[in-house]
Amino acid sequence: MEDKQYRQFRWQITLTKILFSIIPLFILAAALYYHFSVSYTDKVMERLRTLAGNRQASLDLFLDERISQLTTLAYTSTHAELSDEEYLNKVLQIMQARSRSYIDLGVIDQNGDHLAYVGPYHNVLKGVNYRHEPWFDAVLSTGIYVSDVFLGFRKVPHFIIAVVVREKGQNLILRATIDSDVIDNIVHAAWTGTSGDAYLINRENLLQTKPRFGGNLLEPAPGPDFSSTVGTRVEEITYKGETGLFAATQIKIKKWVLVIKEDPKEPLAPLLRAKYLVAFLLLLGLGLIILGSVLTTRTVLNRLIQSDKEKAKSDEVMVHESKMAALGKMAAGVAHEINNPLAVIAEEAGWMKDLLKEDDVAQSQNFKEYQESIKKIEYHVERVKKVTHRLLGFARRMEPTEEKVMVNQILEECVGFLENEARYRNININKELAPDLPTTASDSSQLQQVFLNILNNAIDAMGKDGAITLRTLYQPETRQIAIKITDTGPGMTQETIEKIFDPFFTTKEVGKGTGLGLSISYSIIEKLGGTIYVDSKVSKGTTFTIKLPVR
Amino acid sequence: MDNFKILIVDDENDFRETIIKRLRARKIDIEGADSGPKALEMLDAQDFDVIVLDVKMPGMDGIETLREIKLKKPLVEVIMLTGHASVESGIQGMQLGAFDYVMKPVALDDLMDKLRQANERRLIQLEYHK
Repeated sequence: MEDKQYRQFRWQITLTKILFSIIPLFILAAALYYHFSVSYTDKVMERLRTLAGNRQASLDLFLDERISQLTTLAYTSTHAELSDEEYLNKVLQIMQARSRSYIDLGVIDQNGDHLAYVGPYHNVLKGVNYRHEPWFDAVLSTGIYVSDVFLGFRKVPHFIIAVVVREKGQNLILRATIDSDVIDNIVHAAWTGTSGDAYLINRENLLQTKPRFGGNLLEPAPGPDFSSTVGTRVEEITYKGETGLFAATQIKIKKWVLVIKEDPKEPLAPLLRAKYLVAFLLLLGLGLIILGSVLTTRTVLNRLIQSDKEKAKSDEVMVHESKMAALGKMAAGVAHEINNPLAVIAEEAGWMKDLLKEDDVAQSQNFKEYQESIKKIEYHVERVKKVTHRLLGFARRMEPTEEKVMVNQILEECVGFLENEARYRNININKELAPDLPTTASDSSQLQQVFLNILNNAIDAMGKDGAITLRTLYQPETRQIAIKITDTGPGMTQETIEKIFDPFFTTKEVGKGTGLGLSISYSIIEKLGGTIYVDSKVSKGTTFTIKLPVR
Repeated sequence: MDNFKILIVDDENDFRETIIKRLRARKIDIEGADSGPKALEMLDAQDFDVIVLDVKMPGMDGIETLREIKLKKPLVEVIMLTGHASVESGIQGMQLGAFDYVMKPVALDDLMDKLRQANERRLIQLEYHK
């Protein structure tokens, strides 16, 4: 495979791994977050509902108590007593001693005139006629009336409660002014956190208590209109670009609505923290997954590349071997076919030579010519014989053998093959062969192939002018024969050296080298139990060292 | 001096005949056969001391013939002659009792040396078996 394919493959594996790991991670995170968020929001909403219900109950209780007190007062006193300001004053003082919320008490007759008034505004209110006040008719018809909050003379928020007392067909109205401080306090108790708000509104959506933020008493409420709420509502509403959690509940006695608002950021802060935590864990997981995928993919791919390379190498060695075997077979066949007629030619020439020795032929005029001619035939038969024997030798070498080999002799043979080429290129071949080199059991033809490979490479690398030095020596301590082949060529970079034994690696022009020579040499030497390594410096030259065991 | 009897077995007529002519010119007693069966037939009829046997012949090849010869006359020395000097056929021949093998084309003097050596060994063997 090529580098590009490997890269593509690497990406495919990595991305697939990442994808299949991330999808469940995201689903898990989303599901967890969703469930947490739903249950947590539910909880927050529930808490808000409870808070609203609680406050509403307090308000109802408060108003109920006031109404009860007034009703009790009204029905435990006679009209005469109620019309008596002194009596009324006493009662007010008793009531004020228990609860500061009562400001004044007034008793009004059927015509709307004050019969009695006790409180701080005696002068102003004593003469007021309520006949045309809207609440006057309301209280007469319903018996009990609670007003909206208003500021009155003192600019203090308050409201009135009025009850009707019937006695002998006569209606008297007992009216009390109540400071709304207490109501404020009850409502303000629902101001949660730093940004929570709570206020009361009436049926016209006008504020009955001062909200914590924005808006004043009797102004429109600073939030959505809950004035028509019946029962209790809790929901998340975005109002004027701001999201808030709202609870609205109706006060039973007076048709006010209690509105509680919470900034979702505060109660839902844990949810937000959970969101960040989930995001953080997700990123962490993502990082780990990517890292893991990249690392494992790299390992897997490197193994793959390694095994591909090994396979390519062994494939090539096999192809090479079978090619050589086929060549060998052919060479043997050709040699055999030539050798037989050649033997006949040689014998016939020999026979002629024998005949020439006889006396009568020696007298012949052309005796010398015959002799010359036969000599030439014999000479050329010898030439052909050399060729066919070399061919047969080549064929024989294709079969793996182990024989006693003399390394020096093999080197000499190799040099013999290349001498002409080297001379033509003005390359000197120096031989420093150890004379006492022991023989070893090895495969001479394969060794020859290796030496020829290296020598050919050296000649190719130098091109013209240079020297090759062949050196052999015996290392008795390791029982090894060392063969060093040094050239004065351009040398190699470290990068090239690292790849030089890889199959298909070549520095030669396209079509000039297969990139297999050294790779095959490497496997041959390895198979023969030896080692081969290269030492090279750019512009200094290259030395190949082969070590063979002596066996 | 060369008073021993030689049989050359080769399907290549020109080669066989010329060799016979040349050796006879050197006063060597030599006969020829163009195939394995023919050689065996001749061996039945008369004694030979050394046989030169071509490895590659149509029909019965040299190795087979060698085996038969050694069955009939174990003391006859055989020199294998081959155009195909493959190590195996050489070794195989030697294992079957051939004295040596030579490769075509062979110089006549070399062949005669081999013949004499083979005969010497035959004589030694003969002595030993007595």
